[in-house]
Amino acid sequence: MENLEHFRRDTAAWLEQNCPASMRTPMSEADTIWGGRRFEYPSEDARLWKERMAERGWTAPTWPKAYGGGGLSSAEAAVLKQEMRRLNCRVPLFSFGLGMLGPALLEFGNEAQKQQHLPHIVNGDIRWCQGYSEPGAGSDLAGLQTSAVDAGDHFVVNGHKVWTSYADKSDWIFCLVRTDKNHKQGGISFLLFDMESAGVSTRPIQLISGASPFCETFFDNVKVPKANLVGELNQGWTIAKRLLQHERAMISEIGFADPSGQAAPLAQLAREYLGESHGRIADRVLRADIARHEMKTQAFMATLQRASAEAKAGQSVGATSSMFKYYGTENNKAKFELMMKIAGHHGLGWEGPGFSERDLTSTRRWLRSKGNSIEGGTSEVQLNVIAKQVLGLPD
Amino acid sequence: MSMVLNAEQCATQAAAKKLIQARSPVLALRKLRDEKADRGFDESLWQQMVELGWAGILIPEEYGGLGLSPGYLSVVLEECGRTLAASPLWSSSLFATYLLVHCADSAIRRDTLAALAAGQCQVAVALEERARHAPYDIDTVLSAGEHSTLTGRKHFVVNGHVADKFIVSCRDAHNQLRLVLVDAAHKGVRVERNWMVDSHNSATVYFDNVTITSEQFLGSADTVQLFDSALDVARLGLAAEMLGSASEAFERTLAYLKEREQFGVIIGSFQGLKHRAANMFVELELARSCVRAGFSYLDEGGSDATQLAKLASIAKMQLSQTLNLVSNESVQMHGGIGMTDEHEIGFFLKRARVLEQLLGDDVFHVDRYAELNGY
Repeated sequence: MENLEHFRRDTAAWLEQNCPASMRTPMSEADTIWGGRRFEYPSEDARLWKERMAERGWTAPTWPKAYGGGGLSSAEAAVLKQEMRRLNCRVPLFSFGLGMLGPALLEFGNEAQKQQHLPHIVNGDIRWCQGYSEPGAGSDLAGLQTSAVDAGDHFVVNGHKVWTSYADKSDWIFCLVRTDKNHKQGGISFLLFDMESAGVSTRPIQLISGASPFCETFFDNVKVPKANLVGELNQGWTIAKRLLQHERAMISEIGFADPSGQAAPLAQLAREYLGESHGRIADRVLRADIARHEMKTQAFMATLQRASAEAKAGQSVGATSSMFKYYGTENNKAKFELMMKIAGHHGLGWEGPGFSERDLTSTRRWLRSKGNSIEGGTSEVQLNVIAKQVLGLPD
Repeated sequence: MSMVLNAEQCATQAAAKKLIQARSPVLALRKLRDEKADRGFDESLWQQMVELGWAGILIPEEYGGLGLSPGYLSVVLEECGRTLAASPLWSSSLFATYLLVHCADSAIRRDTLAALAAGQCQVAVALEERARHAPYDIDTVLSAGEHSTLTGRKHFVVNGHVADKFIVSCRDAHNQLRLVLVDAAHKGVRVERNWMVDSHNSATVYFDNVTITSEQFLGSADTVQLFDSALDVARLGLAAEMLGSASEAFERTLAYLKEREQFGVIIGSFQGLKHRAANMFVELELARSCVRAGFSYLDEGGSDATQLAKLASIAKMQLSQTLNLVSNESVQMHGGIGMTDEHEIGFFLKRARVLEQLLGDDVFHVDRYAELNGY
């Protein structure tokens, strides 16, 4: 414990000294540092902050030092997070490499793959995207058809992925491919390849919110070296599922670890839009809705806390990532629905005059939130997982 | 906050589970109900609980108690909730005892605490006067003067029919909240037992010009804060009991989903039931976290009244909502058999509504939470 307090002091001192002042202000979604070959840093401070953190491995605090990580224990990593939050330090780098591929590679990758890819994820040189869903394989992900055919020293990949987040901005892809047509789950392999390979093309998809973070991705006879197969041939489904757990954990924190500080508390919005009566929000029904939502959020946060305490004490209940994904995203959607009710007519604008920037942004975010309970496995899929794995209900 | 039980609390819970499952299954409550038992609980079981020290968990060692934090009692209450076990643990050993432990010292307080720890005395808190929980809507009055008298009527006094003493909330001549300790046998006190839908032990208590002397006051620099904190600790205790009831009803229903066959298959294979079961599981996990958060705060010596109030309201809201959901779904998923008195699942539905209302349902606590947060 004493060592941990030393660590806290040293960490705080280092952060104070190395985090540029402009990196200690609230950030918006547009300020996210994704990294990658073609990434344009919004400021020199943002680049500097990322470089300093990456140099210590603190963009991936718990990864082994051998692969560029910070080599911190989970307790030390928690302290780092707390201190960063306390000092309002921005997240220096956010990527699917850090949140999804890295943990999977650490578990399933071979030594050469770890050496090749992890350091570039830590320092943000390479931006990764996820090739999972296909037009015919959404919730039924294992029904995917994109094929990889053995051609001696390489595979030839053909197929069509969809909902590939930021495929148009990414350098590499981790991709699920079919290597055996006769076995559904047991015929899937996990491949890594460069998006600049011949035969790869992308097309952005415009969403209901107006943004285009997702793409369709096409593979036309793409050559992928066999060395880029992670794990055994036809064993990709195990890796895919583990990676989904990491993804779900990432998504369920949406709206809770909101680093932007953009989302004004609902009660404050309600005061502005609905006025006060005897010092309380004037609309009694919405007031109760807001309070109930905040209480449920507190209950959920207490559950995240308890799960981590139980994991440390070795009393894990399992399938927690499904529970958190389900509840976290439904709760986030409920928040935006409530926000829309509070804003009333002000929440109905699309662009232009007559609406504040905040109103327009929160309307777009309301639309974006609808995807939370679809991406990374729908709410219905999460409920299926809980019913089967936790409750033991039969198929 | 630790959020997990310590080793001693785990041991206490295991001991409680063993005793209560053996001595007070749901069948015991059915028997008490059908026989209209005099005391309304099993006196010999209660004495065993006293011997295990549970009546004195909150009471300082100098008065014969264990001097432990409420978290130790929470795990016992949770086990009581699982079998709907009747006892004075919540009403007397938690709620009333908390008030007596935390009020200003006096001879009457010391005597009562020693008797409580020894299981020789039961105290009930008499506070409700309205249709819904309203601890500060009080018509019971304490007249001014040297020889003040107490007059009023309190209902839904849990275990009031067997209480030796009452802690009564009232207003004095300055309209200030006062808490007074009154003997049940005192002249002018009349107790009328009530038969509740869930066989809860409860009474209406009438106070008719009952003489009160100054040593009967539960002294405090701030009576409202003392009362609020006691209410919040008692609410958390109810939440723990409700967690036990909800978990048990859910587990019984889950077992039924795995055994009942219709259309040639186990009904638990239907997605229409699976998703509802999974949703209940998630709500129960949230419920457990709220209970743990509240008692962790108390166990770690948390003393901020507002923080305690928020944690208690969140817990009572979440448990009221969850127990309501689970009790309704349990009957529905059991189908026709769930509607029969012979089957035990209906006992959980009845108990649910009573515990929901006791010290405020979800609607009450949602409004209170908004107020606590200044909106």
